[in-house]
Amino acid sequence: MDKTVAALAEAVAPIQDGATVMIGGFGGSGAPIELIHALIDRGPKDLSVINNNAGNGHVGIAAMIEQGMVRKMICSFPRSADPKVFTDLYLAGEIELELVPQGTLAERIRAGGAGIPAFYTPTSFGTDLAKGKPVAEFNGRQYVQERWLKADFALIKGELGDPLGNLTYRMAARNFNPLMATAAAHTIAQVSRIVPPGGIDPEQVVTPGIFVNSVTEAAIPQQEEILNRQEAVYP
Amino acid sequence: MSAAINDIKLSNAQIAWRAAQDIEDGAYVNLGIGFPEMVAKFQPAGREAVFHTENGVLGFGEAPQAGEEDWDLINAGKKAITLKPGSAFFHHADSFAMVRGGHLDVAILGAYQVAQNGDLANWSTGKGGVPAVGGAMDLVHGAKRVAVITDHITKKGEPKLMTACTMPLTGVGCVTRVYTSLAVIDIEDGRFVLREKLPAIYFDDLQAVTGAELKVDGTVRDLIVPAL
Repeated sequence: MDKTVAALAEAVAPIQDGATVMIGGFGGSGAPIELIHALIDRGPKDLSVINNNAGNGHVGIAAMIEQGMVRKMICSFPRSADPKVFTDLYLAGEIELELVPQGTLAERIRAGGAGIPAFYTPTSFGTDLAKGKPVAEFNGRQYVQERWLKADFALIKGELGDPLGNLTYRMAARNFNPLMATAAAHTIAQVSRIVPPGGIDPEQVVTPGIFVNSVTEAAIPQQEEILNRQEAVYP
Repeated sequence: MSAAINDIKLSNAQIAWRAAQDIEDGAYVNLGIGFPEMVAKFQPAGREAVFHTENGVLGFGEAPQAGEEDWDLINAGKKAITLKPGSAFFHHADSFAMVRGGHLDVAILGAYQVAQNGDLANWSTGKGGVPAVGGAMDLVHGAKRVAVITDHITKKGEPKLMTACTMPLTGVGCVTRVYTSLAVIDIEDGRFVLREKLPAIYFDDLQAVTGAELKVDGTVRDLIVPAL
């Protein structure tokens, strides 16, 4: 078995117009910048994007939005220090937003990957974000029903990957990445280094390869925070 | 009246200091983004809390020196952090299992408004713009104690402690204690119970800047905080 793909462009080639795409990362940490930029080069439109945020600066997801590729964002925190692209489009009514509490977003993705169509959470009960959702009482407390979240594709960033698709992560860059890997029909990983089978100690595997469809190496990955401090613009 | 309050009220650092005094040794603690992050600086000597951040780190330490940042190692406020010995990484679903599952001892959050039944409004002023909730609605559920640190009144002099919140709610009946710039107030059985107040403010003046009735149940101690 060999899930490695030599070129980033080849890895993102299956992503078509109208796809729902999960993109890992929390702010710049764990954001698969090389895969996102390869997707921008390809240029599919009308995408629904699932991420914690709605991009920062003029790279990564913010650049996707600037290029007019995104129809809808599903995220917990679309505001940022430099939110101009998303903010302008949102206030003009030109991009949809589904705002989801961060823990609910994580659990909806986990449920999607685990084959659990709905669950109950205390989060958001009694708030505007629970409007229209079923509520039930358990042990005297009120809980809100939330539904799974799945995607056509996931773009994720790992640290080590092997040809079977096993992945490790680096520090807090793990965040949503392992969850999204489970919840997409086709998961595309970029890693800092591809190692041979056995190159990752099985005890250290975070995402088992069954969840991953392709692995591409981006040896010295760009970091969104650093790009933004350099005021980088893509393309 | 408000001029006098501005002269005596605690600074944000002093409010954070007071909140820190109630964190037990070994407690698992989540501090909200911004002002609540200051609480970590004021842990009493001999006590060590373990700090949790939503994006998947338990046991982080202070900010690194400028130039030493690793931007894969950040907190929920997207600020660079460092690790203490014994820290751990985990994914977002595990992180919020810690939150909603009741594993945190204390969450300390900021507030726009707090109601006497423990309702909290801290995510949206309801005035439009881009809504953003982050982890606020999750954090108010699950921690054994959900404390708020806040100015007692708004910059315009309006009460932040109310009979009912007028801004969009973050959570219902979730706050257990409020540390303000003037007082320490518990929320018990749907009412504000005054525990401590600055010695320089009379009860009636404190009540006048509070939007709901302050109950007294037992001794009201002096709120004494170092200069900082």
